[in-house]
Amino acid sequence: MRQHKLALCKEHYLDWVPAQVERFIEKYRMFTREEKILVAVSGGKDSLSLWAILHRLGYRADGLYICLGINGGVNYSVESQRLCEKFAAQYGLTLHVVNVQEQMGKTIPELAEASQRGRGKPCSVCGLVKRHEMNRIARDFGYDVLATGHNLDDEAAVLFGNTLTWSGEYLLRQAPVLPGTAGLARKVKPLCRLYEREMLAYALLRGIDYIYDECPYAEGATSIYYKELLNRLENDRPGAKLSFYLSFLEARKKGLFAEQAEIQQELHPCEKCGQPTSAPGLCSYCRLLVR
Amino acid sequence: MVKITLRDKEYEVRPGMTLLAALEKIGILPEAVIATRSGELIEEDEILREGETVKLIAVISGG
Repeated sequence: MRQHKLALCKEHYLDWVPAQVERFIEKYRMFTREEKILVAVSGGKDSLSLWAILHRLGYRADGLYICLGINGGVNYSVESQRLCEKFAAQYGLTLHVVNVQEQMGKTIPELAEASQRGRGKPCSVCGLVKRHEMNRIARDFGYDVLATGHNLDDEAAVLFGNTLTWSGEYLLRQAPVLPGTAGLARKVKPLCRLYEREMLAYALLRGIDYIYDECPYAEGATSIYYKELLNRLENDRPGAKLSFYLSFLEARKKGLFAEQAEIQQELHPCEKCGQPTSAPGLCSYCRLLVR
Repeated sequence: MVKITLRDKEYEVRPGMTLLAALEKIGILPEAVIATRSGELIEEDEILREGETVKLIAVISGG
């Protein structure tokens, strides 16, 4: 790990990663051992590794898998659900499964096709549905906190994109912890300071069986392009991604976005599902259902 | 020759060079992959040997 000037054997690496995760959980006050955690798992290396790590560290963490109904010629959703279920059975953990088609009557690609949000490119609809369902399950089952497997590369890519356009409101909302508000569960990212490459090494060394195929709709995604650009930078300047992200957090803490911070968006409960939404009436999720 | 695979792509390099040099030769960023040989992770300074196959695992996966 050139960025840390550190080289570890397998045994010590498998101790080092969970120790780092625990350090970040405590540093950013994400949650305690008394709280109930819901881990959003996709079947990918990051979320399954996060679940394994939280379990190993002794946290009370259950999983949530959202079946999106994506096939893409590789049975993407079927295979990722199988891997999540296999993982849960192997570790003896509780997994909630939400099937979007059963819940909403259509798969994610079908919903995207019927919506203005993303014809042919369902990522926006997918994000919206996942956020809604994660929050619903967290609320309905009494979880204190929702944990996602976003790693440093995910965070740096989002930050890079939002910096290119100086999207103040989005920059303001990017943090290791998003506090809960009325109707919205607290969201945390315990892997936010671990490189994606470090997480891959962890999953491989720990023997976690994860879905290797990319989501069929991820091809050509801007976030992947930003990750590739940042990897070139990292290659020439080890530590650049971490420094970019940590400098941002520090600047944010020092009030770089203070004026933006004063902008408080008023939220109203959705007339149908009750989840908070920025506009009065139905939330975006429920509007998808009436199309 | 040494065979290097990444997803459905296959490359060949001469034996005797380091993994890092081989990755540079075939135009793959070391940051973007982890290299394995017979299921074991290998370091960038390892010398590649005649006849072996190195499997590269892409760091970016999922979606």
